[in-house]
Amino acid sequence: MDRLKQRELLHLLEEDSRMSAEQIGKMIGEPTEVVEQTIAALEAEKVIVKYPALVNWERVDDHPYVNAMIDVKVTPKRDVGFDEVAERICRFPEVKAVYLMSGASYDLSIILEGKTMKEVATFVSQKLSTLDSVVSTATHFILKRYKHDGVELEDRDEDHRMVVTP
Amino acid sequence: MSTQVKVKNRLSSTVQSLKPSGIRRFFDLAASMEGVISLGVGEPDFVTPWRMREASISSLERGHTAYTSNAGMLPLRVEIQKYLEERFSVSYHPETEILVTVGASEAIDIALRAILDPGDEVLVVEPCYVSYEPVIRLAGGVPVFLKTTMENQFKLTPQELETHITERTKAIIFCYPNNPTGGTMTAEEWKTLLPIIEKHDLMVISDEIYAELTYGRMHDSIAALPGMKDRTILISGFSKAFAMTGWRLGYVCASPDLLAGMLKIHQYTMLCAPTMAQMAALEALRHGRSDMERMIESYRQRRNYVVDGFRHIGLTCHEPDGAFYAFPSVASTGLSSAEFAEKLLMEEKVAVVPGDVFGESGKGHIRCSYATSMEQLKKALERMERLMGRLS
Repeated sequence: MDRLKQRELLHLLEEDSRMSAEQIGKMIGEPTEVVEQTIAALEAEKVIVKYPALVNWERVDDHPYVNAMIDVKVTPKRDVGFDEVAERICRFPEVKAVYLMSGASYDLSIILEGKTMKEVATFVSQKLSTLDSVVSTATHFILKRYKHDGVELEDRDEDHRMVVTP
Repeated sequence: MSTQVKVKNRLSSTVQSLKPSGIRRFFDLAASMEGVISLGVGEPDFVTPWRMREASISSLERGHTAYTSNAGMLPLRVEIQKYLEERFSVSYHPETEILVTVGASEAIDIALRAILDPGDEVLVVEPCYVSYEPVIRLAGGVPVFLKTTMENQFKLTPQELETHITERTKAIIFCYPNNPTGGTMTAEEWKTLLPIIEKHDLMVISDEIYAELTYGRMHDSIAALPGMKDRTILISGFSKAFAMTGWRLGYVCASPDLLAGMLKIHQYTMLCAPTMAQMAALEALRHGRSDMERMIESYRQRRNYVVDGFRHIGLTCHEPDGAFYAFPSVASTGLSSAEFAEKLLMEEKVAVVPGDVFGESGKGHIRCSYATSMEQLKKALERMERLMGRLS
């Protein structure tokens, strides 16, 4: 499959990872088998990393959770810079994302998910702050998510176009 | 005699003679039903990209609420000139050859009114947009229809063109990429028509509103061909490519004399296009290209999907190269377009438009817009397959 079609395939999967190879094939004009082989190759090359569902947990009443963004200032180490501490932070299952930042008064930005605010606070005070390289932390709780991963989580208007038009 | 009858008699004989839209009855029926999946919609399913909406809001905040020049804001006309030159290799002077209109519909109207004298004949390539015939009649002209067929991918042939030319033929009007068939014309195909157009000194009204929506190749404008610019009135707009239907913003390009004529009608009727819509259009041309490309890619994928789907359920369908309509034949079912469309609506709650509302050449076909979500398209095809199963 050529690169343009491969890109198109990736866009389609990113939009809806449950789309079948047959449907994708029809949409981009390639046989189903070719789509399947390409997807397998892209998975092997780690271009496709995961097929996540984007869940709006706020709509699931019995699933309490708290999201926080934590700014972390660290002391980089000789030879390994920020990588060693970042990798260490990545290993905590409650950590959902870790980014090295530029232009900020801190170095690492961490996105954390916990069941309660207390759980997040415990993680920050007992696990994160106590790491050798960590100089300081600032925790920001996310109050509401409006848009995530390019998707607006609020209800969209229904199709308001006339049923039949010229 | 009742007052109602008296008032009706005051309508001009031309207006009285116009037939109501063939789509109307169907629309009323579809709108009265619950759970209808519509493939009958002739507009993008995308909301106008945010950058255009934001540009318009911002212009209001800054108080840009006054009239613009009759011909439209000059910066917008300059952008239109650059855009047409870059995309379709047609070059118009922004000050004398481009006029911003209230949608492409107004452009079609003023183009016809500017060139027609009573009784002049206008060749109309069928199947065609439902407004051409009434607008020609309102301008005092007489429409003469040129047929195209699915076997010929709905392209106009030199034979069909030449056969219908008379002493009174003044112009020819068409829309390529075509609504409702999705058919397109290549530069080579246009070239076969040029000797006839030149020999009979025809004016050409080229409705290119779907020019951006071509799949697999660039749109070829007839105006770009040698010797055609001066006899062509090029019409386009922002509705389809930029998903800006409700903004009512189009434009017409023609040689200075023709444009001056159209400008007279425009300034005495519309005065100018809405300022805030012009601000949004300016943003669309300057920065909206990626939004447009994203939408086109999505239409192409859906086109592939539905055409394959129609063929799979037993409907013959040519592969449309442009616009966002498929025009499958339902002749194999033994039903007329209207009968099939009505059955599909009543029994399976899928709305499509009967092909014959777009003229005789549309008989035996249905127009299906794929400017709707994949989920809806998938469901619609499942429902159509069920109906086809019962009909076979």
